[in-house]
Amino acid sequence: MSNPILAQFMNELLSGRLKLVDLTQTLAPEFPTIVLPPEFGQAWPFRIEEISHYDERGPAWYWNNFSMSEHTGTHFDAPAHWVSGKDQPDNTVDSIPAENFIATACVIDVSAESAENPDFLLTIDYVKAWEEKHGRIPERAWVLLRTDWSKRTTPKEYLNMAEDGAHSPGPDAEVVPWLIRERNVHGFGTESVGTDAGQAHHLNPPYPCHYYMHGNNRYGLQCLTNLDQLPPQGTLIFAAPLKIRKGSGSPLRVLALAPSA
Amino acid sequence: MTAPLVKPKKKNPVERTRLSTRPPVPRSRSAQGLTRAAAEGSFELQVCAECSTVQYPPREVCGNCLSAHLQWKPVDNRGQLIATTTLRHSNDLYFRERLPWRVGTVKMAAGPVVVAHVHEDCVADGPVRLTLKLDRSGQAVLHALPEKDTPNMSDAAQLRESTCDPKFRRVLVTDGKSAMGLAVAKAMLDAGANAVFLGDPTSWKANAAFDRLATDPRVQVVELDVTDTDSVDRLAASIGGKVEILVNTASYLRDGGILGRKDVILARDAMEVNVLGLMRLAQAFGPGMCFRAADGSNNAVAWVNILSIHAFAALPARGAWSASMAAALSAAQTLRAELSGAGVRVLNVFPGPIDEEWEQLTPPPKLAPAAIAKAIVKGLQDGIEDAYVGDIAEEIRERLRENHKAVERELGQ
Ligand SMILES: [Zn+2]
Repeated sequence: MSNPILAQFMNELLSGRLKLVDLTQTLAPEFPTIVLPPEFGQAWPFRIEEISHYDERGPAWYWNNFSMSEHTGTHFDAPAHWVSGKDQPDNTVDSIPAENFIATACVIDVSAESAENPDFLLTIDYVKAWEEKHGRIPERAWVLLRTDWSKRTTPKEYLNMAEDGAHSPGPDAEVVPWLIRERNVHGFGTESVGTDAGQAHHLNPPYPCHYYMHGNNRYGLQCLTNLDQLPPQGTLIFAAPLKIRKGSGSPLRVLALAPSA
Repeated sequence: MTAPLVKPKKKNPVERTRLSTRPPVPRSRSAQGLTRAAAEGSFELQVCAECSTVQYPPREVCGNCLSAHLQWKPVDNRGQLIATTTLRHSNDLYFRERLPWRVGTVKMAAGPVVVAHVHEDCVADGPVRLTLKLDRSGQAVLHALPEKDTPNMSDAAQLRESTCDPKFRRVLVTDGKSAMGLAVAKAMLDAGANAVFLGDPTSWKANAAFDRLATDPRVQVVELDVTDTDSVDRLAASIGGKVEILVNTASYLRDGGILGRKDVILARDAMEVNVLGLMRLAQAFGPGMCFRAADGSNNAVAWVNILSIHAFAALPARGAWSASMAAALSAAQTLRAELSGAGVRVLNVFPGPIDEEWEQLTPPPKLAPAAIAKAIVKGLQDGIEDAYVGDIAEEIRERLRENHKAVERELGQ
C-alpha cells in the first residue's frame, strides 16, 4: 500500500510548491581546500584525470579518475574528525545511522555582519535575537550560517588569507555548547572552508565548533552554497556522506527542500 | 663584425611556420666522448696515455702508437685557422635552410687538424678558440670562435644554432612564487628575455616579492598548478605557442626517510609535483615547442629542469624526495629523447643544497637561488645539457665516478 504522505510530498515537489535547492559547490581543481601550516599534512585538493573521452583510450565512453581528501569541496564532518569525538559511538561516516542524514535546518543570516567584518563571530545573544524573530530552533536541527562566503569566487577572496592566517566568520566558543545543550542541534554548517571561523585557533578552546560538536557526536557541513535561497526556518536537508570505512568525513551532495514562497 | 640581433617582429600568422629539421647524425660510439664533454660545457679530446698524442677525430687506438689506452681530458683549445670556406649550397635539408654557412680547418696548438664551424668574426688565417657545442641533433660539433670576444658574437646565427640564449625569447617560469622561481625570472629578464610568464600556483597567498616583479611590463602572471592537469592544459592552450624556453621551478621538498612515516602521502605529494608535474607540463607544452623549434630567431629552444645532485645518490634523510628526484631525472631523460627530434634542448640542472625555506637545517655551504638562476642562464647561453651547480654537487659527482658505494654509505650516515 502506498503511503499518502510520500505521494503528497511528490505532488508538492512536482507542482513547485516545494523547491529543491542544491547546496553543493562544484568539485573542481581550483576550488580552495583548507590550508594548514605547511609543516602539517595537507588535505588533497580535487584532482581529475580523463580515462577516455570517446577516443583511442576508449572509443565509445567518457570517464575520469579523481582524487581528493575526505574534507575537500562541500563536505560532511563526522565526529571522529576531531580528537574530542574519537570515542563517540558510530562516529565515522560508515557507521552513522542513516536516519541522521535527513534533518531540518535553521538558516541564520549573518551576511551583512560578515560583509562588514570577516571575523564576525556568532554569539548566544545573536541566536536569541534571531529566535525572537524567527522562532525557536527545533530539536535535532542543522544550524546553517549564511555568510554569503560562497559568493566569493576567487580562492584569494574565499580563503581571505592575511599574514596572521585566514579571516572568515564562524561561531564563538560559547554559542556552540549552548546550541548543543539548550537546543540539542544536529550539527553546524557554513559556507566557508571550515565550520569554525578563520581565526578560531585563537578561541578557547581552539576550533570550538569542531571541539564541541564532534565531542557531542554532532556533525558538520562546510563549503555550502545557495543558503541565500533558503528560509530561516522550515527547510529539510538531505546530507548523506559517502560510506567510507572509518571515514572522518566525505564530500557529498547536500540537497535542501523548502517551501517555494 | 656580427650584426646585433634585433628584437624579432611579431609572427606573420598566415605564413607557413618553418618546420624543424636536424643536422645529420652519423656518430661512432667513441665520438660520444665529445657529446659528453659538449653536454657539460668542457673542451676535451682523447689523449694517449702512452705517447701523449692528442687525437681527433675520436678513435679506438692511438693514431701515433696504436695504444688502446686513450683518455678523455681537457686540452688546449687554441688554434690557427688555416682554411675557410662559406657554403652557399647544400643538399642537406637542415643546412639548406641556414645558408650561408662558414666552415674551416683549424690547426690546433695541441696537435690535431680539425674541421669546424667557423664564426663570422674569425679572421682568415687568424688565431681562434675552439669550443665543443651540441648541434640541434644533440651531437657534439666544433665551433671556431674569435681569439677574443667580439661585440655581439653570441648573436651570430650559426652559433645560435648551438645555443639557447634567452635574449629576445619568451620564458615560462612554472612556479614564480618560490625563491627559485623569483630568482630565475629576474635572471631571465636580465639576460634579455622578451617576456616572462610567471606561474602562480597559489593565487590566494600574498607574496610581496612576486607582486613587485609582476609590475615589470615584461612579466605576465599566469595561474599554474602543475599538480592540476586542467590548469596545465588551460595555460598551454593560452600561451603554449609563445613559450620558447620553459624553466620548471615547481618543486616539493620535505624532510623524512621511508621508515619514519606511516604513510606515503609525503612521497606521493613529492611525486605529484616533481615527477608527474614535469610530465603534465611536457604533454601540454612539449608539442607546441617542437612545432616552433625552427620558427625564426626566437624559435623554441630549451626546456630546463631544476633537479638535484641527489637524483644520482639518495639522501636518506630526505628519502622520499630523493626518490622523486631520481624519477624526475629519468623522466627528464625521456623528455630529452622525445624533444631531440625537433631539436629542443633539455637542460638538467643539478644543484647541491639550496638556501631556501625547506632546507633551514641543512648546514652551509648552501647555494643562493640567484646562483642557480645564473648557472641556468649561462647553461642556456652555452647550450649545454647538464649543469652541476656548486661545490657540493661537483664533489658528489666526482666521488660518484670514483666510488659510488662510498657516496651511498656516507650519505646514509
Ligand atoms: Zn700513442
